[in-house]
Amino acid sequence: MSGDDRADGGARSVGRDVPRNEDRLLLTGRALFVDDVEPTGTLHAAFVRSDWAHGRLRGVDVTAARAHPGVVAAWTAEDLGDYWAPGPLLVSPPPIERLEFHARTQVPLAKDKVRHVGEPIAVVIAESRYLAEDAAALVEVDVDPLPAVVDLEAGLEPGAPLVHDDLESNLSARVVQERGDWEAARAQADLLLARRLRYDRGAAAAIENRGIVAEWDARAGEMTIWDTTQAPIPIRNGLARMLGLSEGRVRVVAPFIGGGFGPKIMMFYPEEVVIPWAAMTLGRPVKWIEDRRENFFATTQERLQIHDAEIALSADGRILGVKDRFLHDVGAYDPYGLTVPINSQCTLLGPYDVPAYHSEFLAVFTNKTIVSPVRGAGRQHGVFVMERLLDLAARELGIDRVEIRRRNFLPPDAFPHDNNVIYQDFAPLVYDSGNYRPALEKAVERIGWKEWRRPEMRRGEGGRRRGIGIVNYVEGTGIGPYEGARVTVETGGRVRVVTGVGTQGQGHFTSFAQIAADALGVDPADVDVVTGDTREFHWGTGTFASRSMVVAGNAVHAAASKVREKAVERAAAELGVEEEAIELADGRAFVRGEPACGIGLGELAVKANPLRGAVRGGSEPGLEASGYFGPERGATASGVHACVVEVDTETMDVEIVRYLVVHDCGRIVNPAIVEGQIQGGVAMGIGNAFYEMLVHDESGQLLNASFMDYLLPTADVVPRIETAHFETPSPLNPLGVKGVGEAGAIPVAAAFAQALEDALAPIAPGLEIREIPLKPSRLWELVEAARARAGGEAP
Amino acid sequence: MSQRFPVRVTVNGALHEREVEPRLLLSDFLRHDLELAGTHVGCEHGVCGACTVLLDGRAVRSCLVFAVQADGAEVTTVEALAGPDDELHPLQAAFHEAHGLQCGFCTPGFLMTLIPFLAENPDPDEDTIRRAISGNLCRCTGYHNIVKAVRAAADRMGAAAHEPAEEDVRVGG
Repeated sequence: MSGDDRADGGARSVGRDVPRNEDRLLLTGRALFVDDVEPTGTLHAAFVRSDWAHGRLRGVDVTAARAHPGVVAAWTAEDLGDYWAPGPLLVSPPPIERLEFHARTQVPLAKDKVRHVGEPIAVVIAESRYLAEDAAALVEVDVDPLPAVVDLEAGLEPGAPLVHDDLESNLSARVVQERGDWEAARAQADLLLARRLRYDRGAAAAIENRGIVAEWDARAGEMTIWDTTQAPIPIRNGLARMLGLSEGRVRVVAPFIGGGFGPKIMMFYPEEVVIPWAAMTLGRPVKWIEDRRENFFATTQERLQIHDAEIALSADGRILGVKDRFLHDVGAYDPYGLTVPINSQCTLLGPYDVPAYHSEFLAVFTNKTIVSPVRGAGRQHGVFVMERLLDLAARELGIDRVEIRRRNFLPPDAFPHDNNVIYQDFAPLVYDSGNYRPALEKAVERIGWKEWRRPEMRRGEGGRRRGIGIVNYVEGTGIGPYEGARVTVETGGRVRVVTGVGTQGQGHFTSFAQIAADALGVDPADVDVVTGDTREFHWGTGTFASRSMVVAGNAVHAAASKVREKAVERAAAELGVEEEAIELADGRAFVRGEPACGIGLGELAVKANPLRGAVRGGSEPGLEASGYFGPERGATASGVHACVVEVDTETMDVEIVRYLVVHDCGRIVNPAIVEGQIQGGVAMGIGNAFYEMLVHDESGQLLNASFMDYLLPTADVVPRIETAHFETPSPLNPLGVKGVGEAGAIPVAAAFAQALEDALAPIAPGLEIREIPLKPSRLWELVEAARARAGGEAP
Repeated sequence: MSQRFPVRVTVNGALHEREVEPRLLLSDFLRHDLELAGTHVGCEHGVCGACTVLLDGRAVRSCLVFAVQADGAEVTTVEALAGPDDELHPLQAAFHEAHGLQCGFCTPGFLMTLIPFLAENPDPDEDTIRRAISGNLCRCTGYHNIVKAVRAAADRMGAAAHEPAEEDVRVGG
């Protein structure tokens, strides 16, 4: 670790479990969330949504709604006039040769056609939400239903109903990436193993639903928008353009956000576009808060992919090549471009030396809710496919599951390692650093791999069966383009850090404070961090891709380092010594070795902003600086997940007995926060693996749109999650950090599938888990099918 | 639905008298009529537990109670937990020290579920704690740090009951 950013002699806070600065507001109920914003005179909106997955919109009659008491407006797409326009393409396709991509983006209110259940058709605005919902029920919607595109393969058949009539098919995109010579690898192989694997759709289900409040100040010509967004600055810029306002006249505030997990990085949701326009048109504040049922239909989701994958290996288990062709469900529109399937394509390679890789995906429009990144953002699928192939190959070749992974790791001297494929950030996927073998060995030792393999360890009480799984992953994190921060020493001595990224619980008010605190020699508790308010800082992109600490954290570091230089320079002048003699600690600048000879940072800030007197030409007032950081490419984090499961062979109820994560996210700023991210990520992964699946019928209706039917993991099923850390600093940024926000969620399904197969092998020889999420009934079916094939013994 | 009924309800020790529609949820009454926005709404069908408050000392989901049903009752919300000098309740302090919250949206519901739980179970083991909070959804933490916080709070509150001077109870791991 470099010492260039620390206050000489001061206690450093980076690397310590600093308790969070933001907790007090949250614990006392005083933290401001979007639903807590209610300016005087606020009107409330309710949206009328499509009951059909696919249909021609013949007519919408809002007459009765408009006549309802308390209703101020009821609008359809036509009422929006010239404001009505499809949203912008948020992420353009990366520069990959022969790429095919058809952008079709969401609209504010459906016109002519509805393309998924829950698509907004009309909006009713009234004096209260209760009245708005009453009136919304009076809106008459005339739809001629059309057959829905639900299944991905059927959706690509000739003659399939078209989600977008102006396209020749439901193909959203087709991308091929390759390295090496797959055909040659295939020809050399001692073992070829081909499998179909399926990963189904789930919900991010942040406990806070989405919401937006817009207030138009006609006299000032200013619009203020409180939005549950992960990307306040791009939202401001886009809405300013749409509303015909200058960017400086629009302020977007993302206050405390009750969980993001990806869908809140989706931008220009229909409601996000309609509500500010409504506030401007009506001249009163307008508020819309999503309810849970709406969240299931109207907030983006992820994960349905079907992979046909083939692996070529030598007899000793070395990977010669992998070929994968997969279908990816994009939902009704594809505003987020190719991020998710590109991540799947790239993440499949994992920590392994894969000489030949041929990967093709077809992204398919369906009559379902839009797909955009959800914690992991396609990386889950890549890990699941590769790890499953290795497990099945190990079984075929009679090689231990851990050993086959050891044999294929990239060695520690392989970095930087160019995978010769293009990643979601448009840059070649180059692993910056990593050391995979020690993490695997640590996991093997900590979980007790050998002990759990003993027969007596594999039986639980009452015929229950135990099994163990262990998998690896590599995660591209911390991508560009850039973030910025401004650091100010205030005259009272407190330090203010302002950055553009939004925050949804990641602890930025503390971790960013730690970085600035170490640079300036103050206590992190004396640093006030402001995030997600475009009036405070208006350069940046947002919180996604496990990037805030890497990109915004290094921007804070850059800004704080500049302020440090200013403070040292001014203190040296004040104290009449050389700059080299100045030390910053405990909120003061003083002469090294003479602590009594010094000056407080606040007093220095006063002197740096004089009311009278000549100022040296070219100097800047105050102790303040802005800094920016843009990495040339993402930092690669990695890790190992290991778990022990116990299965009740009568009910197929699964208990997770142990769960261990050994991970490497580079230099750790706050270990408690990192562990919290890992624990929460694993819990989400457990839900993804065994509890959470969005079930659609053939007409595109979602059948389980409530928390009673869609099960989030609860405290009685999520185990204690053990963690161990390695720190391989990233060479790509001064802090040496890598992202960690998504890591916990990514490999869970792969570990879970392997452990289940291991547990059930004695009663269901040949059982292969090739689909996620599972549930007890489906697991029972798979076990029965395997037993029928094998003529298996009774449990 | 415009007929209104009088409601007299004591919230955090203060008496409030309002006339409300019978369909008004207690959660909306607290949040919007009384501007006690610390009680959060996550699902409005009684599953997530974020809106949990105390109704005459019992933890209830305020999204499943009509405001008129609280007539004559005492309601306690998260805003009442900290002391007069803004000193955190031992349970709040334990959540802070154990990193038992991330986005914090579900946290008020957990706290209000746990207040009566700890009163009835001053020395709970881990399984009991996990069962007690299994009706509250948290999407951020994976629950483990919440369990740690509850155990630490029990230690702290037990110690306070016996030895008022005891401070600085370590959060175990």
